[in-house]
Amino acid sequence: MAQVHLRNVVKRYGALDVVHSISLDIADGEFVVLVGPSGCGKSTTLRMVAGLEEISDGQVVIGDRVVNDLPPRDRNISMVFQNYALYPHMTVRENLGFSLKIARRPQAQIDAAVDEAAAILALTPLLDRKPGALSGGQRQRVAMGRAIVRHPDVFLFDEPLSNLDAKLRTQMRVEIKKLHQKVGSTVIYVTHDQVEAMTLADRIVIMRDGHIVQVGTPLEVFEDPANSFVATFIGSPPMNLLPGTVQGGRVVLADGTAVPVPPGLHVADGRRVHLGIRADNIMPEGHSLPPTAHMAHVDMPVTLTEPLGTETLLFATLAGAEVQAKMLNPRPVTPGERLRFGIALDKCHLFDADSGVSLRM
Amino acid sequence: MASVTRHRLNKRLLRAGHLIGLFVAMTVICLPGLWVVLNSFRPTVEIMAKPPVWIPNDLNLDHYRAMFGGAGEGGVPVWTYFRNSLIVSVTSTLIALLVGMAGGYAFARCRFKRKSTAFVVLMASRAVPGVALSLPLFIIFGRTGIIDTHFGLILVYVAMNVPFTIWLIDGFFRQVPRELAEAAEIDGCTRWQAFWKVEFPVARAGIASAGIFAFLTSWNEYALASQLTRSVTSKTMPVGLLDFTSQFTLNWGGMCALAVLMILPALVLTFIVQKHLIAGLTFGGVKG
Repeated sequence: MAQVHLRNVVKRYGALDVVHSISLDIADGEFVVLVGPSGCGKSTTLRMVAGLEEISDGQVVIGDRVVNDLPPRDRNISMVFQNYALYPHMTVRENLGFSLKIARRPQAQIDAAVDEAAAILALTPLLDRKPGALSGGQRQRVAMGRAIVRHPDVFLFDEPLSNLDAKLRTQMRVEIKKLHQKVGSTVIYVTHDQVEAMTLADRIVIMRDGHIVQVGTPLEVFEDPANSFVATFIGSPPMNLLPGTVQGGRVVLADGTAVPVPPGLHVADGRRVHLGIRADNIMPEGHSLPPTAHMAHVDMPVTLTEPLGTETLLFATLAGAEVQAKMLNPRPVTPGERLRFGIALDKCHLFDADSGVSLRM
Repeated sequence: MASVTRHRLNKRLLRAGHLIGLFVAMTVICLPGLWVVLNSFRPTVEIMAKPPVWIPNDLNLDHYRAMFGGAGEGGVPVWTYFRNSLIVSVTSTLIALLVGMAGGYAFARCRFKRKSTAFVVLMASRAVPGVALSLPLFIIFGRTGIIDTHFGLILVYVAMNVPFTIWLIDGFFRQVPRELAEAAEIDGCTRWQAFWKVEFPVARAGIASAGIFAFLTSWNEYALASQLTRSVTSKTMPVGLLDFTSQFTLNWGGMCALAVLMILPALVLTFIVQKHLIAGLTFGGVKG
């Protein structure tokens, strides 16, 4: 059980900074997900916490110890790797018990801990197999078992599900969440998959180019994205961004279509902005949620439909930009059909066209 | 239908051609070996017969008996040669493996300046023919007094084998994912433990094959050994073969008998380690 603090942590390779002075406080027992596109420094950050990468500057604190100069073995952490990194020459039992054996625990204690972990993860029938004889999902569970056996202060997960197929991934996601609820340790989890981030995290840390862009609960970052990057990264489908200029309390798009500025926002005339609308907030009339207090309406031709069952995703064109909208209680739509869409303005966002910063902040 | 039959026929013909080709190649490769083994059991008269006797009609152990016999009966100090060969080969192989493991690991895992240059130079050293070094080595060893010693020969064989073992073992460590050692370190190992408990066992097959190659090189080496060993105290078995030549005669039978004794341990060793030579031990540790 421990908190983790990153204080102005920097990772530098020669003259190249890949992590720029990031600071983050993680509470005891919290499940924090670092998410971002590949190359954003999230894995490097995790590896610095693990002690697998040197920290170029700043401090990493686990519990109440500064661990900058401690080797991984003294940090009381455990880590699940993307490729599982199971020891191929050992059986599952030996893999699970390896850390305890290295710590010279008595055999009876090792056996008990291994059996307990195996029971939690349903690995008991596989204990005498070698990793080569396991399926992807089973290997994944062994890797998790190896992590929980030693009751670490902090669990580190480095994209643990990215090698699994979609169905197994959903299943393992639930297992990881259950595991966290059962064990209650602090977890730092790295992924590039925003769905994993949303579903697992107590708090999401969104990273980009070695900087932390936003930290917040899944709903906070979904509902109040700090900038257009977060807005398009979090949520599926990504938020629609329509370039326009503010004039007289309205956003005028490229083709002259005007949409009122979302309520509560005061933006000077002439400012170039991006109007951000999630697909859930732009729906065709008659197939939408009940209207909110502030609605706007636009006519758009539909270019493509993606039926998903309970809803259909509509691709339409507005002012030269592609817009994704949701249609509830769907009916067949032929491409080219013009529909009238209602926009729930209360849920819309405005971002500065140059910096991308949200104007709601 | 006709085309299917023709296709099938072609396939069979191709396969037959394949097998015949392989058979011819294997015959070419194996025949000299067979000749050596057979002649070690045949009387000299039959070996030298003209026209040659293809099917042996008298097999006996005379050459072996003579070889192990006294000096006057054509005997040679087989056991001494065997011991010399064993000491030189085993020691040089062990040293070459240790150095090869350290070097191979460093090349596979560490970042350092001029790494690729160092690697190329190491490999280029293999391009120098050993015999070209025999005269300089002879002079240096003569001056330093390590000529005709086990130590001198071991030194030469280590130098010959190290570049090769480094190259081979580097390749095997490259196949061991870095994360295995990292996982071991997180599990509580020191770097040293992570190597011996995880990386070494996983790369064991490769290291064993490097060992076999180094051992066979030392065991069979003739050119340098014939220059650097002078007497019974250090002569190895390949050099010992020369004992069967005298000014006007060649004792083919005796030579073949000693050659068979030389081949046997190498063959046995290869069979023992064969299991380890089958790579693929790393399979399953990381994603399939």
